[in-house]
Amino acid sequence: MIELSLHVLDIAENSTRAGAKNVYITIVEDTLRDRLSLEIRDDGEGMSRETLERAMDPFFTSKKVRRVGLGLPMLAQAAEQAGGSLKLESELGKGTLVRVEFQLSHIDRQPLGDMAGTLATLIAGNGIVDFIYSHRRDDREFLLDTHEIRSELEDVPITHVEVLNYIRRQIKEGLKEIEAIP
Amino acid sequence: MAKLKIEDLKKIKEKVHSETALREGDRRVKITVHMGTCGIASGAREVMDSLMAEIEEAGVTDVIVTTSGCMGLCSREPLVTVEILGQEPIKYEYMNPNKMRQVFKRHVLQGEIQTPFVLAKGAEILK
Repeated sequence: MIELSLHVLDIAENSTRAGAKNVYITIVEDTLRDRLSLEIRDDGEGMSRETLERAMDPFFTSKKVRRVGLGLPMLAQAAEQAGGSLKLESELGKGTLVRVEFQLSHIDRQPLGDMAGTLATLIAGNGIVDFIYSHRRDDREFLLDTHEIRSELEDVPITHVEVLNYIRRQIKEGLKEIEAIP
Repeated sequence: MAKLKIEDLKKIKEKVHSETALREGDRRVKITVHMGTCGIASGAREVMDSLMAEIEEAGVTDVIVTTSGCMGLCSREPLVTVEILGQEPIKYEYMNPNKMRQVFKRHVLQGEIQTPFVLAKGAEILK
């Protein structure tokens, strides 16, 4: 992966395949502490203790079509090479939390990239899942909650291309307004 | 806090309602962009971006877009499946934004399968 937003897309896609109804994506840029944290939390089926113990092994996967599972290990590597780490918590029947920290100014920290494209893709492919994306930079915050958009749209599907492009524009403008990292 | 501009959403809702009232058919085409780790790492999101831009530009309302997980053909990613109502699904391999635009314009809009990019037709692997 060449940018953090692609990791977010990958991990959040896992959440949707775990049957999540709500996926919370939280990004916090703390310039004072020079930390960047990225959190993806879901209310999906969660993992058993055995699965959780093996989830960081690149040669472990719950899928049958291939024998590798690179998503989480690649994100952990991206964090470790940028002065950070990955924490994984999960409970069967409750959901999963992936929390990653980076040194914000680290030369090897991947750029954030296109969060607007990531959210638009997630919503397009998972029309029945709600996504709550919060992005904070110090005391400024951008929040996108698909519950709010859905209630405004009434019978118009959130996966309609014009709605998705509206969401895309809102995220781009919102992140620019709070001066989020590129 | 940066706020959503709700008035714009209202405009979209009204527009979609007026278009739906004029339209007779429903979903004619389903396009699936495979969005597993392998697909994402090889450019599936950019393929999706170009597809959404094409759909908006063409102003079509009978095409739906969705994503799916890895199907085990990681080395052929990005993969895109085009399913036109009443026809066999076509799986395209090694996609990129340019190929996606071509497939959308020629196959989805004009019905011409773009054979050089095809991996499989229905369940049959061509290469």
